[in-house]
Amino acid sequence: MENIIEVKNLLKQFGDFTAVDHISFEVKKGEIFAFLGPNGAGKSTTIKMLTTLLRPTSGTITLDGHNPAGDPEEVRRSFGIVFQDPSLDDELTAKENMEFHGVLYGVPSKLRKQRIEELMKFVELWDRRDSLVKEFSGGMKRRLEIARGLLHHPKVIFLDEPTLGLDPQTRNHMWTYLQDLNKKEGVTVFFTTHYMEEAARIAQRIAIIDHGKIIAAGSAADLTKQTQTASLEEAFLKLTGSEIRDEESSATDRLRNRAKMMGGRRR
Amino acid sequence: MKTIYIMWLRELKRYFRSKSRMIGSLGQPLLFLLALGYGLGSVFQAAGQGNYFQFLVPGIVGMSIIFTAIFSGIQIIWDRQFGFLKETLVAPVSRLNIMIGRTLGGATVATLQGMIVFILAMLFGFRPDNWWLVPVAVVFMLLVALLFTALGTGIASVLEDMQGFQLIMNFLVMPLFFLSGALFPLSGLPSILAGLTIIDPLSYGIDSFRALLVNTTHFGLGVDFTVLVIVTAVFLVVGSYLFSKIEV
Repeated sequence: MENIIEVKNLLKQFGDFTAVDHISFEVKKGEIFAFLGPNGAGKSTTIKMLTTLLRPTSGTITLDGHNPAGDPEEVRRSFGIVFQDPSLDDELTAKENMEFHGVLYGVPSKLRKQRIEELMKFVELWDRRDSLVKEFSGGMKRRLEIARGLLHHPKVIFLDEPTLGLDPQTRNHMWTYLQDLNKKEGVTVFFTTHYMEEAARIAQRIAIIDHGKIIAAGSAADLTKQTQTASLEEAFLKLTGSEIRDEESSATDRLRNRAKMMGGRRR
Repeated sequence: MKTIYIMWLRELKRYFRSKSRMIGSLGQPLLFLLALGYGLGSVFQAAGQGNYFQFLVPGIVGMSIIFTAIFSGIQIIWDRQFGFLKETLVAPVSRLNIMIGRTLGGATVATLQGMIVFILAMLFGFRPDNWWLVPVAVVFMLLVALLFTALGTGIASVLEDMQGFQLIMNFLVMPLFFLSGALFPLSGLPSILAGLTIIDPLSYGIDSFRALLVNTTHFGLGVDFTVLVIVTAVFLVVGSYLFSKIEV
């Protein structure tokens, strides 16, 4: 099978901090690929570079035959992304957020209408389509973002901790849909998660990153065999150690706290 | 084209939905208009400068435009902090179109805000010198609004978070407003102040409003127009460049 993502010697430094340290990996077309690692290991930074949001310090990336740093617009056509942090417009309704996305991605209006209805029914938000997103709970926002990321039927979908804060029902429902989409349309799925059993169950191949380096890769079975453990969770702990990692608070977190202090007045 | 339209539409939807913002941002211009307009009217008249209220209205229209426009531009910081910016930045459309759509949207909103102040002023007795020139004045309002939205966008593109916001208010927006001749005539100023008013683009905006609405001008409408067009073009180019360089 051909590779849809190829990463060679990728390096990203912020000042003298190395977030991603010369990593190389590839993802095959039509594969479900999990990218695992403790907090602050370099997962999100890697995804940002793959999705044109950050320029690598050095190294090369090829996504569907194009280079995100050199030809970002072409690359952006090929993927969809569900970010770790919310990225919806709170002041618009759920349906308006979907429509906005559809227009930006050039989905023709008839198809757009049909898919919006289908996807919003699937995430069970169709009844709330005309509510402002700011009235939604965290879980509802998450579901809406997943629906939105699928709207333009991308070749690769990136999901950065998509199931964080979702109940088991919704999680299960979401993966069923994604696996279905993967089978039927051959969509490549690239995701990160902290739920190891989820990665073991869903992903065909897994890469584990820690301190900016890929320390293991293979199927869940390969990884448990390699580490002589009983489950992916144990394998993960054995590979990455068991001390707790702290991520530095980002500017976003700081601002959110401030916004809270100001009585939730955000705009 | 569709990108520009949808970005523009988003700005307008947000504006019409937040009634509190709409009304809240009218409070300050109205306060200036009424307190200063009536408070200083007699002094102004005694100095032989004519009707202060008539003189002040174009200035206050300019004030509400610059405030709203820079705020609209700066909204990018909020969009960055609350994630929505990423959604637009990973879309397969040119950032230039995103920037143009946003800027047009913000400028439209600022122009509407200026027109509301204009209408309110009429309720308090303001009368334009020539009704036929009011639509031309609206075109100039849009030009001024574009200029300052582009400026706000450019600034917001390089700011990490809201920390710098107060700085911008105190060291950019306020000086631009107070040194623009919105509140006082530009003739006969001390030379330092006169020099500052000449480099303030808002001076030309407000002067053009005065030329069109109350038929008095300091620089002349032709100069106003030329300066506004050139500065707007420069800010748009610089703003687009900075916006295209955003990383999140």
